[in-house]
Amino acid sequence: MAMEKFIKKPDRKPPKLIQSGPISWLLKNMFSSVTNSLISLIAILLVIQSVPFLVSWFLVDATWQGENRAACVENSGACWLYIREKFNLFIYGFFPKAEYWRVNAAAILFFVLIAPLFFKKFNFKLKWGLSVMVLYPVLTFILFYGGVAGLEVVETNKWGGLMLTVFVAYIGIIAAFPIGVILALGRNSDLPIAKYLCIGFIEFWRGVPLITILFMASVVLPLFLPEGVDLDKLMRATVGITLFQSAYLAEVVRGGIQAIPKGQYEAADSLGLNYYHKVSNIILPQALRIVIPSLVGTSISLFKDTTLLLIIGLFDVLAMVVATSADILWLGFEPEGYVFVGIIFWIFCYTLSRYSFKLEEKLSFKKN
Amino acid sequence: MVVVKFYNNSKFRRIFFQVFILVSFIALIVFIVNNMFANMEKRGINTGFRFLTSESGFGILQSLIQYDETSSYGRTFFVGLLNTILVSFLGIVLATFLGFFIGISRLSSNWLLRKLTTVYIETFRNIPILLQILLWNTLFRRLLPPSDLEILPNIYISREQLTIPEITINPFFYVMLVVFFLLIGFIFFYKKRAEKKLFITGEGSPVFLVASVLVVGYFVVFIALRNVSFNFVDPIPGRFDFETGISIIPELFSLSIALGVYTATYISEAVRSGIESVDKGQREAAVALGLRKSTIMKTITIPQAMRVIIPPTTNQYLNLTKNSSLATAIGYPDLVSVFAGTTLNQVGQAVEIMLMTMAVYLLISLFISLILNIYNKKSKIVER
Repeated sequence: MAMEKFIKKPDRKPPKLIQSGPISWLLKNMFSSVTNSLISLIAILLVIQSVPFLVSWFLVDATWQGENRAACVENSGACWLYIREKFNLFIYGFFPKAEYWRVNAAAILFFVLIAPLFFKKFNFKLKWGLSVMVLYPVLTFILFYGGVAGLEVVETNKWGGLMLTVFVAYIGIIAAFPIGVILALGRNSDLPIAKYLCIGFIEFWRGVPLITILFMASVVLPLFLPEGVDLDKLMRATVGITLFQSAYLAEVVRGGIQAIPKGQYEAADSLGLNYYHKVSNIILPQALRIVIPSLVGTSISLFKDTTLLLIIGLFDVLAMVVATSADILWLGFEPEGYVFVGIIFWIFCYTLSRYSFKLEEKLSFKKN
Repeated sequence: MVVVKFYNNSKFRRIFFQVFILVSFIALIVFIVNNMFANMEKRGINTGFRFLTSESGFGILQSLIQYDETSSYGRTFFVGLLNTILVSFLGIVLATFLGFFIGISRLSSNWLLRKLTTVYIETFRNIPILLQILLWNTLFRRLLPPSDLEILPNIYISREQLTIPEITINPFFYVMLVVFFLLIGFIFFYKKRAEKKLFITGEGSPVFLVASVLVVGYFVVFIALRNVSFNFVDPIPGRFDFETGISIIPELFSLSIALGVYTATYISEAVRSGIESVDKGQREAAVALGLRKSTIMKTITIPQAMRVIIPPTTNQYLNLTKNSSLATAIGYPDLVSVFAGTTLNQVGQAVEIMLMTMAVYLLISLFISLILNIYNKKSKIVER
C-alpha cells in the first residue's frame, strides 16, 4: 500500500488515439492503404450488385403460393411453388404414398437410437454406438423393403429422393469402414504379398473416377457373378460405392496408424500380445482417434458423391430434380430444383464439416 | 530346450498366411473370369479388341481431330480422350488462378475480402460438383441468346454453339514462334546478367521494364501481322448452320467453369495452409532487412510455401481430371461419355471398354503421382 506513494504518476495523459468505434475499425480493416481501399471498393461494388439481385430472386419476386405454373410465370423470381408441389418426390422418390410413414419412422428411429450417446451418465457409449451403427442400416432396410410383419414389399426401384441418397451414403460409409481398416493394416504389414495386394487394391480404386466404378457396377458386375445370383441395380451401385469408399478410408486410417510411435508396438510386443490383441487393443484405438476429423471429411465427400447415382439411372435427390422438371405441367424450373437440392446438401455438409472442425479442436486440446 | 510347435513358428506363420492370401486371391480371380466367360458366351457377347477397327457410325459434337460417322471406334476413343484432356486443362488453368487468388485473399488484412472469400469457399465446396455442373449448364442455356448473335466481329454465340473463324497456319507463323523463343531466351540472359551486375557492382537494371516492353511489343507486332501468320476463314451463316468456321459447344465452358470453381476451393485451402506454414521468423527477418511487402511475398514466402502447396494442388488436378468424367451428365463428349457410354451401348463389350477407360485414368494418376514423388524428393528441406 505504502509503496504506491513512491511511484511517480505520469504528468500527462498519453496522446489520444481513436481506437474504437466504427470509423477507426473501417480505417484499420478496410482502408488501411491505397490498394486495400481499392480492393474494398471493388468488393463493395460486387456485394451491391449481387445481393439485391439474389434477395429479389430468392424472396421478394419469388412465388410462394398459387395453384399451378401460371402463378409462377407472372413473377420474375424463383418459383418455390414447384418445390412445394414436388416436395414429397424430392424426399421420398417414388415410394408409395401410403408407406411414407416407414421412411419417417426410420428417421425418427435414428435419433431415438443415438439419443443415449448425448447423456453423460450413459456408460456403454462405445458398445451402444457401434451396435447402433451396424444394426441401424439392417433395421432400415427391413423397414423400407418390407416383406415381414405384414409390411408391403416396396421394390428398390421405387426408392428415391433424399431417402435414397442418405441410405446409400450411410451404407457406403459403414460397410466401407471394416474393409478400409483391414486394407490399411494390410498396407502397413510386413508380409510382402499382403502388402502389395492391398496397395494394388487401394491405388486402383483411388485412381479411377467414381463414375467408371458405377458403370462397372451396373454393366460389368453382373457378368462376374455366377449364374442365378442376381443383385438389383441399387445393390450393385452400393457395392461399387462401398469399395470405392473403402480405398479412401484405408488411406485415412493408414495415416493414423503411421502416426503411432514405434514404442507402442514395441511395448505391445514385449508384453507378449499377439497381432490381433496388439492391433485391436493398442494400435487401432489410438490411430482411429487421431483420424476422426479426416473420417468425417471422407464421409462428407462420399455424401456429395452419391449424386452420381443419377448417371446410372437411380433416382437420388438430384435425379428427382431432373425427373420432375420434365413434368409437362412444371417445365423449366430446373434452377429452383438445383438450388433447393444444393441447399439441402449444403446444410448437411456444412454442419458435418463444422462438427469435424470442433472435434479436431477438442481432440488436439486433450492431447496437450 | 522348449520345443516350439511348428504352427507357432513365426516363420511358418508368415509363409502360411501369405500363401493362404495368394491362393484365395487367385481363386477369386479364377472364379470371376470363369463366370465372365460363361456369362458372355450365354449372352452372345464378343470378346477381344477387334471392335476398335470397325466403323462407329455415330457423330460427335466436338472433336479436336478429324472425325465422322465412318471413323473407327478406336478413333472415337482418341476423340473422347482429347476432349477430356481439353476440358481438364481449361478447368485446371481456371482452378489454379482462382485458387491462388482466393487462398491469398483469405489471409488479406482486408476484412471484407476475407469474408467474401470465406463465403465463396464454404458455398462451393459444400455443394456436390455434379449439381454445380448441371446448374452452370442450365444457366448457360437460359442466358445465351437463342439464335446466333455476333458479339465480336466474326464471332457468333448462341445456345447451341460459339462459332469462331477457322484458322489455318501459314509458314510465317513458325518464324514468329522462333522469334518468340529467342525473345524469351534474351530476357533470361539479360536477367542473369543483371543479377550478376547487381552482386558485383550493386547497380540494379530495369529488368522488369525491359522484359515487359519486349513482350508487349512482340504481341503488338504479332497481332498486326496476324493475317500473315494465319489464314482466317470467317464463319458464313448458312441456311441452318454455319457453312464455315469452328463451333465450340457451350458444355465445354459450363463444365470447365464448374470444375474450376469447385476445385479452386480446395486449391485455395492448400495455398492458405502453405503460406501459413512458412515460419513467422522468415517474414520478420525479411522485414528487418527492409524488403518491400511485395518482394517478401515473391522471394521469401511463396517459394517456401510452394513446398507445402504443390502436393495437395497436384492431387486436386488429378481429382479435377477424374471429375471431368461427369461430362456425361450434360452430354459433353468426353472419354466416358463417347466411349464408355455410346460405344459401349453399341458394341456391348462392357469388360474391354471399361478396362480401357479405367486404364486411361489409372495411367494419368500413376503418371502424376510419379512426378509428385520426384518433386517431393527434390523439395525436401536439406538440413545441415
